[in-house]
Amino acid sequence: MKARAREILRVERLSKTFGGRVPACSAVSFSLRQGEVLGIVGESGSGKSTLLRCLAGRIQPDEGKVLIASDDHIIDLWTMDEASREQFLPTTVSLIHQNPRDGLRLDISAGGNIAEPLMAAGGRHYGSLRTTALEWLQKVDIEKRRIDDLPEIFSGGMQQRLQIARGLATHPRLVLMDEPTGGLDVSVQAKLLDLLRSLVRELGIAVVVVTHDIGVARLLADRLMVMQRGRVIEEGLTDQVLDDPHHAYTQLLVSSVLQG
Amino acid sequence: MGIDLAFDDHGVYSFAYLDEMTKRMIRRAILKAVAVPGYQVPFGSREMPLPPGWGTGGLQVTASLLGREDMLKVIDQGADDTTNAISIRRFFARVAGVATTERTGEATVIQTRHRIPERALTEDQIIVFQQPQPEPLRRFIPHEVVARKLHAFAQYGVMYVRLYEDISRLGHVAMSSDYPVIVNGRYLASPSPIPKFDNPKLHRSRALALFGAGRERRIHAIPPFTDVKSLDFVDHPFTVQHFESCCSLCGAQDSYLDEILLDDGGRRAFVCSDTAYCAEQRGERTKS
Amino acid sequence: MITSIKGGEAAIAASHRLLAKRRRGDPAIANLSVGQIREQLSLAVDRVMSEGSLYDPELAALAIKQAEGDLVEAIYLLRAFRTTLTRFGHAEPIDTAAMIVRRRIATTHKDVPGGQLLGPTYDYTHRMLDIALMGEAGHENLSDLTGEREAEDELENTAADADAVASALRRDCGVLARTDLVEPALSEAHGKVADITRAPVMFPSRRDERLQSLARGDEGFLMGLCYSTMRGYGRSHPFIAELRYGDATVVLTVPELDISVGIGAVRLTECQTVHLTSRDDSVPPRYTRGYGLVLGHGERKAISMAMLDRTLRSAELGETVAYPAQDDEFVLSHCDSVAASGLVQHLKLPHYVDFQAELQLLSQMRADYAKRRAEPGFKTADPATITETLGGD
Repeated sequence: MKARAREILRVERLSKTFGGRVPACSAVSFSLRQGEVLGIVGESGSGKSTLLRCLAGRIQPDEGKVLIASDDHIIDLWTMDEASREQFLPTTVSLIHQNPRDGLRLDISAGGNIAEPLMAAGGRHYGSLRTTALEWLQKVDIEKRRIDDLPEIFSGGMQQRLQIARGLATHPRLVLMDEPTGGLDVSVQAKLLDLLRSLVRELGIAVVVVTHDIGVARLLADRLMVMQRGRVIEEGLTDQVLDDPHHAYTQLLVSSVLQG
Repeated sequence: MGIDLAFDDHGVYSFAYLDEMTKRMIRRAILKAVAVPGYQVPFGSREMPLPPGWGTGGLQVTASLLGREDMLKVIDQGADDTTNAISIRRFFARVAGVATTERTGEATVIQTRHRIPERALTEDQIIVFQQPQPEPLRRFIPHEVVARKLHAFAQYGVMYVRLYEDISRLGHVAMSSDYPVIVNGRYLASPSPIPKFDNPKLHRSRALALFGAGRERRIHAIPPFTDVKSLDFVDHPFTVQHFESCCSLCGAQDSYLDEILLDDGGRRAFVCSDTAYCAEQRGERTKS
Repeated sequence: MITSIKGGEAAIAASHRLLAKRRRGDPAIANLSVGQIREQLSLAVDRVMSEGSLYDPELAALAIKQAEGDLVEAIYLLRAFRTTLTRFGHAEPIDTAAMIVRRRIATTHKDVPGGQLLGPTYDYTHRMLDIALMGEAGHENLSDLTGEREAEDELENTAADADAVASALRRDCGVLARTDLVEPALSEAHGKVADITRAPVMFPSRRDERLQSLARGDEGFLMGLCYSTMRGYGRSHPFIAELRYGDATVVLTVPELDISVGIGAVRLTECQTVHLTSRDDSVPPRYTRGYGLVLGHGERKAISMAMLDRTLRSAELGETVAYPAQDDEFVLSHCDSVAASGLVQHLKLPHYVDFQAELQLLSQMRADYAKRRAEPGFKTADPATITETLGGD
């Protein structure tokens, strides 16, 4: 029997409220192990993107903890000082945006986009940066000869694959994906999902993927969390949640995708 | 010119133009800059009688350094006889009454724009650079707030992206002047728009190097004997300009050369940009 | 008691009298003549001519006097006058190569063929107030130098004056003569040249429309944009290949007679910049050009114009367009001081009708806000149900 994988991320009672409205996130807690993919589903405005940004170090939560495993100890993301956090995050956590334009530098070549996080992490050998970039282009199914092209001229699907290569090239421990197949055509989506699934399996990284698309959740996620109005209303193994939803809202989510 | 005749008396302006409190403020900024090599220290830059962008940062640093015993040399493009160098030298001769020289070896303070003299500087000398843009990240990160954070976190990946892009597109780094450096293994800094030919002269230089950016209100420093590394990759090491020709006047082969256009038909010649060095090589005595 | 405000006519008349009184200032001080402005405030005159796009020093001086030295107002006066003029022909393109050059610098080389000519410039003055100028008399004898305004006469007389430097410079000197490194100047034979005073600029704009708009654009606005490209909001790496200032002949070809005659001279400032450009892979890396030309002596403006001419070619040259100075709609739509001043100052007009409408909207929004605030759950988070964490070991 396989030994249980190491815990990579633990979120404890995380809450965030913007400007006096209903909380975007309310006392959310969960944990994630290496090699595990957690799907967070819910309609827009349910707080899933806010949660993701709190995990990525982009938005400071009002309450609660984000604990991330470092090499030999546990980092409390929001109690450490900003400088340490900025040192820690780039090599540990990757955020893949829904819109690849938010996660790429469009005026820098495809190769440069993959190489940048590597250089930020101390890569100082041009030849090996180049090799890594080529390997990653291959992995995400972009022709190697496009390495010096600007992503500006890439299709949406290619841009998204490039963003994924950029996000994974540094071998982060934790990858956060915000609607990674969001703005793409259905056929392109399917291809990208296949790619993501195989990469995640191959690299054994821990992934949190936020999506409003039940189909994406079913394909990628081992476990699911359903969010509504900032709260987690149901969670469990993906098949279990989708095939036997308990909460009325989850039932609605699942049925709407079946009808659609 | 008429304007130059006015206020020619030390009763109107303080020694070296700036009032003593201002000079003290600038000296404090300089001390901080020396203490944190390569870090851009904000300072309360003043309006000077020369326009911002023409060397007011260097001017203020020099003004706060000069004492009555100092011997000042001013160069622009390496030359003592360029209009801007003459203008600044005359300014200090007038408002501080200090002695001026063209000989590099004789000077105690050298204010420069765009060059470091060929003759190695000594521990008795301070070189003051005029710095139009002290922030090397500015060309990629226009926002000051973001750039300052990147310095604080020593996140310089974006600067290496520029190197990467140049090499992959052109086979080499396409920055020929104002080539960024890492000072003392910590801060990314601009060496001012000197040709990269001069970058190695900053490494463990015996002289204190001060960089004044008046318009941008920053001072940074490279203290004597400090490591200065020009950015590069292990497999694409930093190189400096190399000239095929030698100086047509003095025959020097080790100096940075200016191109002289002899006509519009393309006839060209090359001469030392460091006029004092060239004269020295030719055994001429330069003015002091 | 409510009184409605009337009597605007009397108010306007009184306001105009007050203006006239302030314009004259203390009657004990001598009245300022238009000639004095023309001769002694020549750079203000030049700016008004340049942005007023009318070459007439006398009228520009008058406009400055009338506007009490408010140059933007004076520019407007000149523009409004210009629009009434009959157009009786189009001059030939000015040949700046045949300029009588009064100042000429190249920055790419220490020396260039034809020489550096410093000429009249504040560049290397020390900016210290000159108390001597408080006095009436000039303190230096300058009679050995040729006056600025005499150049036109010289040109007409074609008398070779010793001090007017009439170097026969080519249009492309110095680095610009390096045809191997610098893109060719764009051909003039590009069909009919636009006239932005007669037809609106249509976007995307053409270069002739851009140059015309920039030439009459507000100096401060253009300079600020140019500055932004140099500081980081743009990727400008310019060198001034040449900046020259002098007098050029205006040649008119009379169609009925088919002869070309010189009808006078104008003072111009011309700036040519070169910019290292390597984005377009269909041509070798090279220097591309920026071009600025303004009436009178206006170096800030000419340089800014050349820089913006080049930044506005970003898209054409394969560069990413990301900054205001690269966006022709942004630059051209906002660079005109007459238009900008008009709209900004229109805020002084009465607006009480639309203000009243907005007030009503505001009170409705406030009522809605109060209602929302009264609802339960506002601002405070519910004590939420907590899901079990998975895998504690």
